[in-house]
Amino acid sequence: MRTLRFLLRKEFLQILRDPALVRMLFMIPIVQLMILSNAATFEVKRSRMHVVDHDHSARSAAVIQRLVASGRFVATEASNSVQRGDDALMRRNVEMILVIPHGFESDLVRTRAAQVQVLLNAEDGAAAGVTQSYVREVLARYAAEQSVALAAVASARPEAPPGRGVPRVELRTRGWYNPELDYRHYMVPGILVQLLTIVGTLLTAMNVVREKEAGTLEQLNVTPIPRATFIAAKLIPLWVIAMVVLTIGLIVGRLVFTVPMLGPLWLVFAGAALYLLAALGIGLWISAVTETQQQAMFVNFAMLMVYLLMSGLFTPIASMPPWAQWVARANPMMHFIALMRGVMLRGAGPVDVLPQLGVLAVSAALVLSIAIWRYQKRAS
Amino acid sequence: MTLAIEVRDLTRRFGDFTAVDAISVEVRAGEVFGFLGANGAGKTTAIRMLIGLLAPTSGSARVAGFDVLTQSEDVRRNIGYMSQRFSLYDDLTVSENITLYGGIYGLDDATISARMDAMLQTLDLASARRSMVRSLPLGWKQKLAFSVAMLHRPRVVFLDEPTGGVDPITRRQFWEMIYAAAAEGTTVFATTHYMDEAEYCDRLSIMVDGRIAAMGTPGELKAAYNAPSLDEVFVRLARPAA
Amino acid sequence: MRAPGRLRALRAFVLKELWHILRDRQTLTILLLMPLAQVVLFGFAIRTDVTDIRVAIVDQAVDADSKALHARFAGTSRFRIVATGPTTHLLEPLFRRGAVDVALVIPPGLANDLAAGAPARLQLITDASNPNTGSTMQAYAGAVIAGWQADLPGTRAGLQVVPQVRMRFNQTLESVNLFVPGLIALVLTLVTALMTAISLSREMERGTLEVLLVSPLHPWQIILGKVAPYLLLAFANVVTALVAAWVVFQVPLRGSLLLLLGASMLYSLVGLALGVLVAARTGSQRTAMIGAMLVTMLPSTLLSGMIFPIASLPTPLQIVSNVVPARWFIVVVRGIMLKGAGVVHLWQEFTILTAIFLLLLVAATRSFKERLA
Repeated sequence: MRTLRFLLRKEFLQILRDPALVRMLFMIPIVQLMILSNAATFEVKRSRMHVVDHDHSARSAAVIQRLVASGRFVATEASNSVQRGDDALMRRNVEMILVIPHGFESDLVRTRAAQVQVLLNAEDGAAAGVTQSYVREVLARYAAEQSVALAAVASARPEAPPGRGVPRVELRTRGWYNPELDYRHYMVPGILVQLLTIVGTLLTAMNVVREKEAGTLEQLNVTPIPRATFIAAKLIPLWVIAMVVLTIGLIVGRLVFTVPMLGPLWLVFAGAALYLLAALGIGLWISAVTETQQQAMFVNFAMLMVYLLMSGLFTPIASMPPWAQWVARANPMMHFIALMRGVMLRGAGPVDVLPQLGVLAVSAALVLSIAIWRYQKRAS
Repeated sequence: MTLAIEVRDLTRRFGDFTAVDAISVEVRAGEVFGFLGANGAGKTTAIRMLIGLLAPTSGSARVAGFDVLTQSEDVRRNIGYMSQRFSLYDDLTVSENITLYGGIYGLDDATISARMDAMLQTLDLASARRSMVRSLPLGWKQKLAFSVAMLHRPRVVFLDEPTGGVDPITRRQFWEMIYAAAAEGTTVFATTHYMDEAEYCDRLSIMVDGRIAAMGTPGELKAAYNAPSLDEVFVRLARPAA
Repeated sequence: MRAPGRLRALRAFVLKELWHILRDRQTLTILLLMPLAQVVLFGFAIRTDVTDIRVAIVDQAVDADSKALHARFAGTSRFRIVATGPTTHLLEPLFRRGAVDVALVIPPGLANDLAAGAPARLQLITDASNPNTGSTMQAYAGAVIAGWQADLPGTRAGLQVVPQVRMRFNQTLESVNLFVPGLIALVLTLVTALMTAISLSREMERGTLEVLLVSPLHPWQIILGKVAPYLLLAFANVVTALVAAWVVFQVPLRGSLLLLLGASMLYSLVGLALGVLVAARTGSQRTAMIGAMLVTMLPSTLLSGMIFPIASLPTPLQIVSNVVPARWFIVVVRGIMLKGAGVVHLWQEFTILTAIFLLLLVAATRSFKERLA
């Protein structure tokens, strides 16, 4: 224990003596939260539209007007040639072409169904998918209104169905836990996890490999420091720093983005405490298999990529093929993200996130054991 | 007569390459032993096995009375080590480095501060106590590193090319420190490239291609090879290897 | 020193750097495998669509019509009924645990209301903590309910305006097609900017750069020597990613391969200049690395349109995104690969990238000189 105290003092001194490092450590959470939480959204603000109206009817004009009135589309160009529109699409002058064919209005009135053509620039697929759903929404609403209008005309005639009434269904939809649909509320907890992972894993790996490069690790290895003490001395300072980073992140999330904290705050820290042990342990493992800081950074980066993609941070886990879901389940990051989102956004309590806590505890124990076992003073 | 270091048929292979080939050495307590050899002869590999940084392929070794394979932690408690790469912490001050190593070896606070004062006095570094190690001249760093390696009064101290890159005056001072340590009963096991330094040793061995080609006092070796200087002995032994 | 001699020195120096990289098997393996692994992950594992939606149904009616609605949800592949019950009390804990995504509440007396023509009030609750998937799930569930409603006796089909949607340049919205261009940008950034920054600051840390500077080589030759191997590596990476994408996923390359490689080289130069700049501006490897991450990786993934559309960014970030080289590069790569665009269409992006490169080069040279002065 006494030895640990001396080693801890040394680690803290070394970190605090690197002012650039400390500055960055505290700036990164703020910058990243600001940028990422604002940037990470698929919502498309405004699509520029090239309109080709072959129908020139009141209803074709109404469709165009409805799209524009939705606030999601701007009709920046119009012509009577799809070819012209396609050229604009190619040059990225517009994102979408709307083609209303000849006979649109008469089809709608006579056969109760009419078609329009929508061409989207799908090179940006996410945006194209979202834009498509906006178009469908606006058109469906327009059709529903026209149904009512035409039905009113129809019911004025004396052929209304007798006896059984027309079934009426009212669907009320409610979105729980995020009624304003603020995407940033959803992103902030996940981003905090990503941040802790980068800070924890990377700094741990770099810290140990740095000593390898300097030769001081060899010096320590000829001393009688117990292995667990050495590991503890390396982990504790970075663990503390990561917890501070988390605290800053939570404060920024709260003050700037009004991210809620519906569940108990201590549960977030408890989860982080366990998760960090695993994340830092992985950093230690990386330092065991690399010799230079450059290598360590690289291995770290490669792992982080896989981690992030398989964590459900950006894309839903449930949509992955089964094998990928299994891989994701082995990723402690995924469980911690689930925990953070549950506690912060849905008010989950200790019982609700027990499975996540369990997985995190097991991974922390496992990773740390491997790290201690892999750290050998004597090369074989 | 007790033996501080006892090496029997110690061997280390890396794949097909045999870096250390069944060497046997005995060093008496309190002796200053010079461990010589050309670059790549296997000196560093041998030292790394003795201080517990590298596992031997076969053979055995006892250091300070403990087996390096089975009692490595006991060995570590009783040895000091200073490598050819300077290895104190650059970004800690002189006193912080001393305190750290004192703490690692389990010295109590009073002992640490008493030994630190004495050490800085001897090294004439008292004024640099709060300076970053990074800012010290190389010669001072080396002397400081040696003193730190001796801080816990080890029974055996291993020095791997301790005087590389320092001026002749500092080298002389360095050897005075080594003698002082030996006088207090510490066994010194040192590698060096300088033949004048080898002359200072009580006994020495010369390694060629992973084997010990010759061993004895400087006088014995010169007599055996009928050479005027150790330089000559060294060149004759090492040339076939080159 | 005469020019040919200097050239020979430069060649020797480049070779030394190359050996340095090639001997580090571990890094090299990762460098070459990473794009491959990522193409595979993006191609096989990552889906942006929402499938396997877990539904809880609170059925307060339990009659023929409500059962038909159950059957509707059970009959889709997208939805999975994980809980049913008579009261809404069961919903709260399920949502909190994250065990359901959508809940449907059926009011008592559904069949009677429908028969009488009284409004039947269905309630659809979604977990909107993720607004994106929340609204998607809501739309899918709404469609299932609309289908059920259309089959009710007495319902007259409403008017329909059906959009026929064509996804130009990527008809099936294959996620690989979308991600490969971004991936190329990301890997290039990593190899050029990050690696250069670290490798240069390592030499500064060790003082080996000073040794090189007293050699007869010009400072620019030293820089060139340091970055040339990474340029080569970057090239290898682009080819690996392209081949993987093409062989495994048949990602198209509709435009000119030569133009694509040229653009990659231009972008690599930008990355290298950025790396040199970061190295010159930071002290240690550790800070260089974190600095490089901040100025390269973050903007290249977030403000480049790689994952999130530029159009979705708030205005200040859209303005910032203009100086992110990856933004322009991704437009170029997507244009060439998916649209078959040529220089005619992309000259603006090329010009901007070149301008950014020149600016960075000037800044890097200046900082580097200051640093060594």
